[in-house]
Amino acid sequence: MKKFQGRVITPGAVTAEAVVTTQGFNTLASLQMALQFGDKQVKCGDQNNPELHGKPLIGKALCLPQTIGSTTGGLVLYCACAMQKNPACMLFANHIDSLAAAGAVLADVWVDGVTMPVIDSLGDEFLAYVKDGMKITVKEDGVVEVE
Amino acid sequence: MILTSEQQAILNGEKGETLAKVMKTLVMYGDAFEAEKLVPITSKYNHLVTSFGLKVMSPVYDLMQTLLDAGVASGQKFSVDPRPLDKNVPANFLQNFVFNKFMYTKQSFYEDQLEKLGLMDKNAFSCTCYMDEVGNQPKKGDVLSWAESSAVVYANSVLGARCNRNSGIIDIMGSIVGYVPYFGLLTDEGRKATWIIRVKTTKKPEAQLLGSAIGMKVMEDVPYIYGLTEHIGNELNDAAKAYLKDFGAATASNGAVGLYHIDGLTPEAVELGEALIAEGAKEYIIDDAELERVQANYPVIWKNPDAKPKLCFIGCPHLSLEQLKTWTDNIEAALKENGTAKVQIPTVLTAAPGVLEVFNKTEYAERLKATGVITSYICPLMYMNNPLCKKMPVITSSNKLRTYTSARYYTDAQILEAITKGGK
Repeated sequence: MKKFQGRVITPGAVTAEAVVTTQGFNTLASLQMALQFGDKQVKCGDQNNPELHGKPLIGKALCLPQTIGSTTGGLVLYCACAMQKNPACMLFANHIDSLAAAGAVLADVWVDGVTMPVIDSLGDEFLAYVKDGMKITVKEDGVVEVE
Repeated sequence: MILTSEQQAILNGEKGETLAKVMKTLVMYGDAFEAEKLVPITSKYNHLVTSFGLKVMSPVYDLMQTLLDAGVASGQKFSVDPRPLDKNVPANFLQNFVFNKFMYTKQSFYEDQLEKLGLMDKNAFSCTCYMDEVGNQPKKGDVLSWAESSAVVYANSVLGARCNRNSGIIDIMGSIVGYVPYFGLLTDEGRKATWIIRVKTTKKPEAQLLGSAIGMKVMEDVPYIYGLTEHIGNELNDAAKAYLKDFGAATASNGAVGLYHIDGLTPEAVELGEALIAEGAKEYIIDDAELERVQANYPVIWKNPDAKPKLCFIGCPHLSLEQLKTWTDNIEAALKENGTAKVQIPTVLTAAPGVLEVFNKTEYAERLKATGVITSYICPLMYMNNPLCKKMPVITSSNKLRTYTSARYYTDAQILEAITKGGK
């Protein structure tokens, strides 16, 4: 087991299974089709992301460098949370980007009853270490345990 | 973050609970970037990215209704991204059924909300709001609360305005309170380039391919680009602006670029030159082989990669008036050369309603119509974002459309050949 200290963007504690992308996570391309057409597993629809394409995202610990793509990204993430189709948490190796930050904050302020901890600045070592299927435990103080 | 007494009062709920939540959203958003303060928005108009009444986006419309019910409205009038539907664009019975009865059932409801919140006018639907014919063009130095990625990168880079790559909803929240957090591309430091790009191609690089290559390389960083003025000149004329519009959209969608500087051309590069380059900037050289490599690596996700295209979209982002005229000339000439009168693949050129209105008053409109090409104000991306279109072989010269849908990208020249000669 290895511990990583990150910065808390939106707080919460959760344990979930990791899904990992080492390239930017395109929120619109990844989530829209699944949300639109009621995919219960919320499988990633981003054809340009071979690491995630087709993999379920709901309830997973999404480990990523940052998000990319359309600036609808934040509101897509907000909708995923409001519909309870969101990842269990989002763990950023880099500093969070503006779209993901917006989505995380919108969900935190405007959605009742849903907690999606978002931690950033976990470092390159985190993304090099974590692999699909590993058990992730997120603490309130931004500590992320990977085993 | 240090707030003024007025901002603090809003956050404390002195102007109501809903406005307090709007302010809290902006403060938390700014805190994520260590913003020290909120600064006033100075542009005349705002521009929103959310234009579509997708049933699945109900949480967005619920939030908008919460704002309306609380009596809050945008402090600025705004334009918004293109509409997702246009009956002029070819669609079969099943597509029409899915579009109208399943996907976009909230369209009228949402447009009604937009009008109440401050829509500029009923035609203010385009991703290229900065076109003269649309009339939402910020001035150099204006602080914006925009979100549409292709418009943000254009406003920052070509117009010299200041705007972060905000998300939808954040855009309208900024203009409700009149402030945005001061960080990133609003600051002088955040506008410095951390990448030097050297364009060493033997001919003018395809705008959307060059933008794609740079976007995928630099992601959210700011590139300073040498060698492009040799191909597109050092004057920001209509042709250069159209090139930069398409180039920027590709940098923003294939990566996350919010600002680029073109040496000797874009306003800040002309004014400040190499002083805009941060110490330790990385370097990326782009030659013909690199562009060929980038295009060859795009995945083809058609079920049958050799399928004959059923539809072609040109204009994501929306075309300028000059681009509509140029496409008309080029399509006419190619058809004449091939000895045919009509395009061989159903083809849609998209532009802002205001641009189309002007275009339709020119003699080009009839000429284009004679080639069989359709014009539309639609958002091709919204048209294609459904499983029915995933099975449909669509071609495009838009790298943004390629990124988000199953559309297959070709250069302008390849597209012209395909639609006038037929085949792949």
